[in-house]
Amino acid sequence: MVENLNTSCFPTWCPGCGNFAIWAALKNAATQAGWDNANTALVAGIGCHGHLLNFTKITSFEGLHGRAIPVATGIKLANTDLNVFVITGDGDCLGEGGNHLIHSCRRNHDLTILLHDNGVYGLTTGQTSPVSPRGFKSKSTPFGNPDEPFRPLALAITAGATFAARGYAGDIPGLSQLIIKANNHKGLAIIDILQPCVTFNKEYTHQFYQENIYHLDEKYNPHDKMAALAKAWEWGPKQIPLGILYEEDRPTAESQISQIVPKPLVYEPPLRRDISELLKKYS
Amino acid sequence: MSHSALFTFKIGGQAGQGIKSAGLILAKVATRSGYGIFNHTEYPSLVRGGHNVMSVTVAAGKVAAPTQQTNFLVALDQETVKRHAAELPENGFLLFDAGSSMNTEGLGTNLHLCPVPLLKTAREIGNDLLTNTVALGAALALLGGKLEILQQLLAEEFADKKPIVVTQNQTAAEKGFNFAHDQFGKFALQILTPRPEIAPQIIVNGNDAIAMGAIAAGMQFAAIYPMTPISNIMHNLTPWQQKYRFIFKQPEDEIAGINMAIGASFAGARSLVATSGGGFCLMAEGYGLAGMTETPLVIIEGMRPGPATGLPTWSEQGDLRFVLHAHQGNFPKIILAPGDPEEAFRFTMEAFNLADIYQTPVVVLVDKNICEDDQSFPPFDISGYKLDRGEFSGGVRENYQRYALTENGISLRAIPGHDTFILANSDEHDETGFSTEEAEMRRKQMDKRMQKLETCRKRDLFSPILYGPKEAETTIISWGSNKGSILEALKVLDGVNYLHITSASPFPATTVKEQLSKAKHLINIENNFTAQMGGLIREKTGLEITDNFLKYDGRPIYPEEIINKVQNG
Repeated sequence: MVENLNTSCFPTWCPGCGNFAIWAALKNAATQAGWDNANTALVAGIGCHGHLLNFTKITSFEGLHGRAIPVATGIKLANTDLNVFVITGDGDCLGEGGNHLIHSCRRNHDLTILLHDNGVYGLTTGQTSPVSPRGFKSKSTPFGNPDEPFRPLALAITAGATFAARGYAGDIPGLSQLIIKANNHKGLAIIDILQPCVTFNKEYTHQFYQENIYHLDEKYNPHDKMAALAKAWEWGPKQIPLGILYEEDRPTAESQISQIVPKPLVYEPPLRRDISELLKKYS
Repeated sequence: MSHSALFTFKIGGQAGQGIKSAGLILAKVATRSGYGIFNHTEYPSLVRGGHNVMSVTVAAGKVAAPTQQTNFLVALDQETVKRHAAELPENGFLLFDAGSSMNTEGLGTNLHLCPVPLLKTAREIGNDLLTNTVALGAALALLGGKLEILQQLLAEEFADKKPIVVTQNQTAAEKGFNFAHDQFGKFALQILTPRPEIAPQIIVNGNDAIAMGAIAAGMQFAAIYPMTPISNIMHNLTPWQQKYRFIFKQPEDEIAGINMAIGASFAGARSLVATSGGGFCLMAEGYGLAGMTETPLVIIEGMRPGPATGLPTWSEQGDLRFVLHAHQGNFPKIILAPGDPEEAFRFTMEAFNLADIYQTPVVVLVDKNICEDDQSFPPFDISGYKLDRGEFSGGVRENYQRYALTENGISLRAIPGHDTFILANSDEHDETGFSTEEAEMRRKQMDKRMQKLETCRKRDLFSPILYGPKEAETTIISWGSNKGSILEALKVLDGVNYLHITSASPFPATTVKEQLSKAKHLINIENNFTAQMGGLIREKTGLEITDNFLKYDGRPIYPEEIINKVQNG
């Protein structure tokens, strides 16, 4: 089944790029969950992540750098029956488009955001991103990055996301299941996907992640917001938690718009409307 | 130079004194008495205090513009006298509060000074806020209007308030009316005396008209970030979204707004954004995204003077070149420029069809004066409007190609949710939508997109409208809200006609060139510093117009100024 989701385009990522694994996990999840052109739309921003749309045979929209979330929001509002995914990167989602992330979390749109988080600008050949560590040396920071990195999940939880998880591109089956859970969640779901950039990020390598990640176990309660925030701030040797950090049941933006609760907006074609009642107001 | 066919009533005071509502009620008294009206509002960018004025220009027929001259001034504060008393002609009226320390020294001796106990009367009835209604009643008596019409309007205006509010307002109007009638009845005019035949009219501004046009045209999704002068489009839309089943979303910024609207349109919804020049700066990238992905979108751009924050609550026509050239590279843009609320209504409806047919952004370019000045019209009739979605498929398509190459440039548009693989791509793409950097496909896709503009030129060009004689010694060329003032000026000018340009892209070059070549003398009138339409005409036709009348102080171009320009150079 997975082959059916491939297009005629051959991936253009570097050999060993974490995007291959995220792509495979998404296709696995789609096959398992039954996401196809009849019920799903993908929206990507600009960056290495965005190329994924060319290789995946699911209806999609490749937008502008940083603006995938508002495009996805518009699609979801217009057709609430669609599973709408945002494919984005750390530069795209946290740099250029940071404002959209915080407001989509606040409003709790029913979207699934896959954050391809490689800690570097790859497509522009290696500059510091908003999650690059302090001291990180890159073409834009040859003397070391002076800035504190974002903790994307802490930001999302604080802004109001109702599902926040972390996955790892080195674990395709685990990531597939996480993507399915995120999409099953009603509300804004974000997965911070740790993804090595084999070409431009020599700090966040597969080896680094394999040494420092750990899985949250059954004892962890994802419904405690403050505990989740503490988890989202964890980052260091043997201290990078994977799994569902936070989950909350809260009405979605879409469920509160009464005119689209019975059926999606686009299920009725636009018609010329009688405005005689409006005209009365002006006479 | 006075323009005697029109009579202008003006009321001024501080923000919060009910200036605008008083003006609008007087305008409705006029239309219900069989007259045409034009309201012009001036106010600073603040909520309380400051200086607000509203003028109501009245005539027996259609009124298309405000005037420089004020025939009847109601001053609720000293500032109004200071700023506007000089606009009064001989025998003009100045109505003010008898109990105030209004300084009327130095005013023309031939004015009718009408002190009326406004605040005192309001207080006796029980509410200081009734001051404007007392003034309204008094003014009505002096204008020869009928008190019953005003009483009826007050009942309608406050229908959703407590009954006492209606009673108090009606009492206030009556007391003002009777006082003025008793004291100054001998000067009373017949400006608002009901005419024998009264046809139904509506009073709307551009913001009302655009919102109604969008609703009438089946608009399903709107994202608007607040900004003067278009915020009232939002206020006019939001109460109706459940009844008419559309979504209004207030975005976090204009960038989100245009991208949300593009997403909704991609999903199949007729979509709208509205903003002013500053917000359009933020939308510039999304503008080109709609062009590249061939996503239909209607953009309302309400101009105000820039750059930067500029004069937030005033008007200018400084963004024509901006909407023509915003965004990198080239893509087909359809840019319509209505000249009054009635055109704004029709063009907005047409814009939705054009966006769907040509699958590209359509800009409706208006300005603060169109957006916020009220004008009376016969009720809008939409029976002639046929909703056209163009090449659109709501079902399953085998081997679908979003960007299939066609002769007219238009490809079949499918929407998500129907088991059809659709790829919309902001990268240059092939027919299916896959990214490509091949020279030949790039050329073909560019040709295809730009061909849509040529197809539009052939099928759906908005021709300029000629007013006045077919041939004339002098031809005035203009666009946008100047239309009204020029039409008023034409009523008194001989040997002058007016070419009203309504489309900046595609540009009606042939008709413009033909018409302009007939005149001996061309005058280009614009509300901007650089004669942007004049430049566009020169670019598209080779004709250079050397006589320009340009104004860029935020104020409207008045009929008197045009008459003076034509007669005195």
